[in-house]
Amino acid sequence: MSDQLSSLVTIFTEFYYWLTVVLMFFIHVGFCLYEVAASRHKNHLHTLMKNTMLIPLVTITFFFFGWWIYFAFPNGPGIIGGLVAAPHAVPWSDVMGAHMGGGADLENGWARINGVFWAAFLLFSWTAASIVSGSVIERITSGGFWILAVAIGSVFWIIDASWGWHAEGWMVQLLGYHDAYASGVIHAIAGGFALGVLVVLGPRIGKFAADGTPRNINPRNPWLVAIGLFMIYTGFWGFYVACNVPMWDVQSGDGVFYSATNIYLAPTTLSAITFNFLMSLAGGLLAGYWVSKGDAFWTYSSGLAGIIAASAGNDLYHPIQAMFIAIVGVIVMYKMHYWVERRFKVDDAVGAVAVHGYAGFFGVVVAGFMLWGYPSSPNPDYAAINPLGQFIGAVIMFGVLGFLPGWVIAKIIHACGFLRIPREVEIAGLDTANNAELEAEAQAVAAAERN
Amino acid sequence: MTTGDFANWAGAIADIGPIYPFVGMEVPLVIAGVIFWIAWHIRMIRQESGKLEEDKQKAAQ
Repeated sequence: MSDQLSSLVTIFTEFYYWLTVVLMFFIHVGFCLYEVAASRHKNHLHTLMKNTMLIPLVTITFFFFGWWIYFAFPNGPGIIGGLVAAPHAVPWSDVMGAHMGGGADLENGWARINGVFWAAFLLFSWTAASIVSGSVIERITSGGFWILAVAIGSVFWIIDASWGWHAEGWMVQLLGYHDAYASGVIHAIAGGFALGVLVVLGPRIGKFAADGTPRNINPRNPWLVAIGLFMIYTGFWGFYVACNVPMWDVQSGDGVFYSATNIYLAPTTLSAITFNFLMSLAGGLLAGYWVSKGDAFWTYSSGLAGIIAASAGNDLYHPIQAMFIAIVGVIVMYKMHYWVERRFKVDDAVGAVAVHGYAGFFGVVVAGFMLWGYPSSPNPDYAAINPLGQFIGAVIMFGVLGFLPGWVIAKIIHACGFLRIPREVEIAGLDTANNAELEAEAQAVAAAERN
Repeated sequence: MTTGDFANWAGAIADIGPIYPFVGMEVPLVIAGVIFWIAWHIRMIRQESGKLEEDKQKAAQ
């Protein structure tokens, strides 16, 4: 920080990630609004607080161990290969706090950017947990959900990021795994985790008729759904930008060439991802309106699913390719949602498994065909992007690190007797007793005012 | 007397490291934080179980 140019680069990088964090906060506001809108009046407050409290829980656990996991686990396959030292990311490191940089024997200026980089990843963590939150509303206990939120938000998604969303992750090295804007590493894993939990949790009372025919439990407030999903779109801009490194010398050998890069330190531009973000959003909305016959809930959700379906390769696709991938991804996820619902009696209250899980899985697999032979990394020794590597990657994300842990942890919580709320409370509503108390208090005040 | 590692900003800023107070207490802080986190989960699960049982009785009436 002793010359103006290097200071500008450092301070710009700090500010860049800080700004993405602020933008990504909208994702969580959007998720809260959207979940409340999707729940029935008798469950509003419980739904809101269940989601809200994942923010502090995932935050402190991501400080305690999530950040360290990202840097410690890139060796593989799986957990083979030993841990990588990550002195800047252990919670007792002095650069995990206010630090001027002096005396820190750490590479890459961690003392200055550790906090903002940690926060950018943390906001991804909230997103992963929040995706699960929506699907399980109106019948899960808050205490049970919060354990699951910590598991997906501070453990499993960040393991997958270390494996497949890290410049030296073993999936990138061996499989040629490419997932620039997290179709798999956030969305497929969270969708798979949600599905694992839903299988154990079971459907809401009344969701299925005696003969197994599903009934629609429609969102109570379509306006709040719209606002919530628009906010998620807004936050998604920050998400995309946070997936990049803003300024990096990408020239191998002699010479210097500074560019934005993706998370694998391969060159891209903000223009590229802006083209593709918007075209995949547009493709998703157009397809969603078409397949759902104009249903507002599914149209808005499909905008999101369209982006997710194209995200794995949105650093490289042509915008019209991104649009068509989004269209096909939305059709696949919409059809899959209703097929799984009918076939397996899974009650995914907000369609999160479809929007995030199926669209994310699809996006990872499609990138393997679309980007076949592209370098997965600037390192020429790493495998190139290929369909088999992407398919294996999608299975790891959705199944191995998503569905399986979700199912196992939900089973354990269920065995301990606090996964699902009592039947009587579910029928009456989680807020009913609380609402009656509030009403009694209001009546008492009103009576006092009259006297 | 200062609780920090430095007493003023007059020296070379580039030599200043952590600026939070009580440097060296990081490990006990982490232990205390982890204990609080786990205790919070246990307390909230117990509280919620009691509340749900109460609500169940009310709903059954």
